[in-house]
Amino acid sequence: MVNKSKSVDEFRSLEKTELQDWDEVNQGTLLFSFNSLEENPAFLKQEDRDYNPNNSYTASVADWRAVKPIYNRDLCIDCQYCWIFCPDTSIISRDKIMIGIDYEHCKGCGVCVEVCPTNPKSLLMFNEREEEEAALAQWPEKKKKGDK
Amino acid sequence: MAEKIDLPDVVVWDGNFAAANALRQAQIDVVAAYPITPSTPIVEGYGKFLADGYIDGEFIMVESEHAAMSGCVGAAAAGGRVATATSSQGFALMVEVLYQASGMRLPIVLTVVNRALAAPLNVRGDHGDMYLGRDSGWLQMDAYNAEEAYDLTLCAFKIGENKSVRLPVMVHQDGFITSHTAQNVHPLSDDAAYEFIGKYETVNEMLDFSKPVTYGAQTEEDWHYEHKAKQHKAILDSRPVIDEVFAEYAKLTGRVYKRVESYFMEDADVAIVALGTTVETARIVAEKMRTEHGIKAGVVSPRVIRPFPFDNVRDALKGVKALACFDRSSPGGALGMLYNEVAGALYTADEKPVMTNYIYGLGGRDLTMDVIEDVYKELADNAKSGKRSGKIQQFLSLRGPKMEYFE
Repeated sequence: MVNKSKSVDEFRSLEKTELQDWDEVNQGTLLFSFNSLEENPAFLKQEDRDYNPNNSYTASVADWRAVKPIYNRDLCIDCQYCWIFCPDTSIISRDKIMIGIDYEHCKGCGVCVEVCPTNPKSLLMFNEREEEEAALAQWPEKKKKGDK
Repeated sequence: MAEKIDLPDVVVWDGNFAAANALRQAQIDVVAAYPITPSTPIVEGYGKFLADGYIDGEFIMVESEHAAMSGCVGAAAAGGRVATATSSQGFALMVEVLYQASGMRLPIVLTVVNRALAAPLNVRGDHGDMYLGRDSGWLQMDAYNAEEAYDLTLCAFKIGENKSVRLPVMVHQDGFITSHTAQNVHPLSDDAAYEFIGKYETVNEMLDFSKPVTYGAQTEEDWHYEHKAKQHKAILDSRPVIDEVFAEYAKLTGRVYKRVESYFMEDADVAIVALGTTVETARIVAEKMRTEHGIKAGVVSPRVIRPFPFDNVRDALKGVKALACFDRSSPGGALGMLYNEVAGALYTADEKPVMTNYIYGLGGRDLTMDVIEDVYKELADNAKSGKRSGKIQQFLSLRGPKMEYFE
């Protein structure tokens, strides 16, 4: 799990102190994602990119989520379906191994659970306040043929 | 490679075909359009040129004018040279996205064939749509005939795409009277026109994947004001660029454009300030007033409506004793736009002429020479007496009892 709360605070204090004058703001109110472009960011992993605070990567944009997906490593087959389908790039996978969920960006849409092909599913939706340990403890059993 | 057309020195084009040929010669990358009368033949013309191999570009057919301008914004942000055309209701539906285009500083060219706004529904020419665009942050230029529509459309790309400007530009022409009247046009060769405009130079284009950028940011009270102020400065800073582009175009064609056009103004006692095809009619009447009635009449017409040529208008009207501002748009409970803006400019002048505001030509109602002649005579009386004989705002060629307002 990625915790970016520190950088979010940093960003908010930065926003307060670095207001620009009209002759300093950029043309067209453009937001550039990266500070440094020495290496093409397309070939870098997210954690290695030099994100600008303007990019939502460093901001928490999920504090209104009501239900959240919880991930069960014991059942996952690393098929990457959830990683492909997530509309918010909130499934963290490295070298095709599923690592976890980025809760700073996940909106709780449930698409990852929907596409998960394992039996039982390796991702399930829980109340936002549910603890991970408690959720894993109540994981359902494998369904048999004919079960609904 | 797009094929070229070998044009003769003089062609007979209507305003729409003139604008379509300017888009062809500019080699527009993307036109996203939802055709509407009377501007339909512009994008139809582009579509045919494209289908016949005279343009390397894309025509995007969309479901509304809102989508048309949205498509233009996307294509321009992606890094293309983009244009479209519209009129009236279509223009009104585009308005939200017009502000997006100018705020994002995308040099789109919109050829607007001026038409009245409903209700009641009307397809004829007045300036209601042109006036609607004046706070949108676009540069606005007005053509009075087909050749000017061609010339200004070519200039629009060069002005808007200038790196110190980077603003969208509207080129207006009057519905039907200009758009559907075939006239002599002296076009540039395809090569000369393209060379004049130049190759499109991208600025922060979204399709540069090595430098990711987001267009369409949200800013609240802590940022919005600064960005809008910067945009206002860019609009006003476009003035010398417009002058340079007009000067370069004059070298190429001999056709001289100015941000404010003056006709017989050197010694004029009375003047009409107007836009669109009315300018040419008023010029003919002004000449007649001089030769037949001994009235020193002139015509002043903003060629560029935005940025408003505040000081040039003031200079052009220097020495005038009485003047009438002609507004071809329903004033909606106020004085007409030209009256208000010209009065604002003249309030800073040493001498203040007697001013009147004529509303005319709504929904395409014809304005004839004898009506303009009567206005010049009234102006001559006002100039002589130093005061207004009628009220400030009057309606011309309107059936029924005389409508006039304000002392």
